[in-house]
Amino acid sequence: MKRKPMRILPEALKQLFKKPATSKYPFEKAKLYAGYRARINFEVEKCIGCKMCMRVCPSKAIEIIPAENQPQPQIGPDGKPMPVKKIFNCIMNLDRCIYCAQCVEICPKKALAYTQDFELAQIEKKKLRLHYKN
Amino acid sequence: MAKITIPLGPQHPALKEPENFMLVLDGEQICDATVNLGYNHRGIEKAAENRNYIQDIYLLERICGICSHSHVSCYIGCVEEIAKVEVPQRAKAIRTLVAELERIHSHLLWLGVAAYEMGFETMFMYTWRDREQVLDCLEMLSGNRVHYGINTLGGVRRDINAQQAKEIIKKINYLEERTKYYVNLATEEPTVLARTQNVGKLPYKVALERNALGPTARASGVKMDVRKQEPYFIYDKLDFEMITYDSEDVFGRVVVRVLELVESYKIIKQVLSALPEGAISVKVPWKIPAGESVFRYEAPRGEDIHYVKSNGSEIPERVKVRAPTLSNFQSIPYMLKGDYLADVPITIAAIDPCMSCTDRAVVYDAKNGKTRTFDWEELRKYSIEFYKKKGVNFSTK
Repeated sequence: MKRKPMRILPEALKQLFKKPATSKYPFEKAKLYAGYRARINFEVEKCIGCKMCMRVCPSKAIEIIPAENQPQPQIGPDGKPMPVKKIFNCIMNLDRCIYCAQCVEICPKKALAYTQDFELAQIEKKKLRLHYKN
Repeated sequence: MAKITIPLGPQHPALKEPENFMLVLDGEQICDATVNLGYNHRGIEKAAENRNYIQDIYLLERICGICSHSHVSCYIGCVEEIAKVEVPQRAKAIRTLVAELERIHSHLLWLGVAAYEMGFETMFMYTWRDREQVLDCLEMLSGNRVHYGINTLGGVRRDINAQQAKEIIKKINYLEERTKYYVNLATEEPTVLARTQNVGKLPYKVALERNALGPTARASGVKMDVRKQEPYFIYDKLDFEMITYDSEDVFGRVVVRVLELVESYKIIKQVLSALPEGAISVKVPWKIPAGESVFRYEAPRGEDIHYVKSNGSEIPERVKVRAPTLSNFQSIPYMLKGDYLADVPITIAAIDPCMSCTDRAVVYDAKNGKTRTFDWEELRKYSIEFYKKKGVNFSTK
């Protein structure tokens, strides 16, 4: 077999004059691609409370609960109460979320969406429990 | 000189994950070796029986951080076969693309690890730096570097656009250039040759007998690759070669993996140049009809097998995972015999072991030589007692 020693040396010397390959992340902004999946956002107005997201969440991180202050039923012109849309809130446990965004995909009303907001580390555990409400 | 037995692991600097190798040494030479499994219990198979089919995708993706796409594709292949779903061609092409990108990242990672184990740390640094390129490709395609989550029942979750394809080709061209250099480095550098040639010998016959898989088997001249033998996705339409080498040692395993990189670049270029048009996924019913299925998949480390049994509900009745390392472990004692102690790390690393993927915990009673099964309550009681003996009491809380 052919042997060529020290083949790595010219390469190693060349690298001395190149910029470091490591990204300087905490000091510089991290480069993210458009499809990066980070914190899941929730829009109260769009949610219809079908709870499909709860059903598919692999880590049981998401919880859809009825909102505390529901709109009062209005009396229609015919004297009967008009149907009123129930409001739902969302509790997102960021310590459980694995950022797969399956909930975003399954949501029929697009009430959930992923954001590019990825710096989510917290010192207090209760801050990881996000409560999206109206 | 008297023979001595030393344990290597479960906690040892040469091993990345807990596994035990008992080595019988005659001086520096190994006369006998045994592999002891059973140090990891993750309960993934059991957990899969408590989640629905969609949740299981993300659970099974986390079996392995390196071949995550392999395990999901294998599981999904089973489910789609039971549900009799016809996956669109475009989805199959995207799955192939991600699978090959994953193979590149896994092989580059392995090349770095192998270089590190032989004490060639400059190469380790360079391969891992270049590996970032392919991880960037994966992040751009799927939104994540490691657990891509691109697969879903009935297709893929994300489409690929022309700009992304262009970017991937650009990065692959760069990697191709680099790989040429690594091929030369791995096959001609005296440091590499000295550490790998005639180390961890696994003759053709033994490789067959001990059921070696993937690059380990191919380096012993065994022609086996699921992509060729039982093509899945769109591999039957692609033009690529099965790389084999007949040196039957660690050097052969290096050569096979480095040349497989070149084949993967070829496959990616073919897939991207002829990407079929159409939908990327079809709807799969929430409840999967009763049935069972086995799927074979060529993961970067060898053949991965999943077995899924469904009972007509939305939760699988049984999911069985056979990771490639379990099969490759059988050949390790043979490979170690006759070698020197200093060659143990590189010989074990040469099969690209993934111990936590492969391991299932076993309760073995040494007195009567029987294994036994625990149910949940028993296991809980046992663990409380176990820690009590060590002076930690969890039961008071």
